[in-house]
Amino acid sequence: MARAAVSGGLRVRRAWRPAVLVERRLETPSACTLALDVPGWPGHLAGQHVDVRLTAPDGYQAARSYSLAAPAHDERIEITVQAVPDGEVSSYLVGDATSGDSVEVRGPVGGWFVWRPEDTGPVLLVAGGSGVVPLMAMIRTRNGMAAAPFRLIYSVRGPDDRIYDHELRRRAAEDAGLEITAVYTRTAPDGEPRPTGRISIDDLVSYGWPAELEPTCYVCGPTGFVETVSNLLIFLGHDASKIRTERFGPSGPE
Amino acid sequence: MDVQTEAAYDGNTLAGPLSEVFAIEVTTAVGRCRGCGTSSQLATLRVYSLEPGLVGRCPGCDEVLVRIARTPHDVWLDLSGMSALRIGMTSDSGAETGQ
Repeated sequence: MARAAVSGGLRVRRAWRPAVLVERRLETPSACTLALDVPGWPGHLAGQHVDVRLTAPDGYQAARSYSLAAPAHDERIEITVQAVPDGEVSSYLVGDATSGDSVEVRGPVGGWFVWRPEDTGPVLLVAGGSGVVPLMAMIRTRNGMAAAPFRLIYSVRGPDDRIYDHELRRRAAEDAGLEITAVYTRTAPDGEPRPTGRISIDDLVSYGWPAELEPTCYVCGPTGFVETVSNLLIFLGHDASKIRTERFGPSGPE
Repeated sequence: MDVQTEAAYDGNTLAGPLSEVFAIEVTTAVGRCRGCGTSSQLATLRVYSLEPGLVGRCPGCDEVLVRIARTPHDVWLDLSGMSALRIGMTSDSGAETGQ
């Protein structure tokens, strides 16, 4: 492609493109990362989405929007899908899809919940459950190289629900300027000093950035989680214009 | 629709369906609510899925700002809840095509 990959990612009026599933990795018992080869993929920004469309043998179609989980490698993209009860698309993608399967994708789309490597200010990432996916794309795009210091606060029910657990531990140790804190709401691992419970103002004070540093805050998770965290951030003095949010339904994006 | 129900999604979900229609990334554009006058980036709308379409409501007053539905041959787009739509044309706004 003659165009630069990143700026190409903002071209729109998207058409559906054929894509082939080339790899799947289980991240947790209910979440799966899928790698797709998409001929002609123009590149994308961290935080952008791709819409995935399935067509049944009888012609019935269903489409859902997923966050891209990683920078593109040439024409290969990755999404991480959390299974949703009764989710007709997610249950196929997490449970039944196998390498070689064909789907259609449209994207990249979205331009608001994005982080660009040239942004050098501090960044606070706050994830609830599978809301970590677009934030992981930002951490992977940054890749320990960018000037911007990152802090991730990752709220999960228990240790088994941590998506990208191994890679996040590695990056916390290796990526310069990246700090990661897990917040457990129901079950904590042995030795965890913080009592289990929903994310609180104390967590944002202890593990986030002071508002005076004017960090850009990216908050992604279920609707109630996003409302709670963004209200707490505003209470702590963060400017609403520096808070970017992405909500998905009570049980996850489907 | 009970507007007190938590919105399942937000305006980020509109990006794909609207990308079929607009030549720029329109979720970064700012719409002004005809009801209460609040200006909101479309990405921040409260969005409800009502197959085969989506409804985007004002975060200020829950007025319907955007309705989009897809049929096999047409896109139906109702923007009548907005009195104006301001579309940034710099790269930072996400609108630049990068050509």
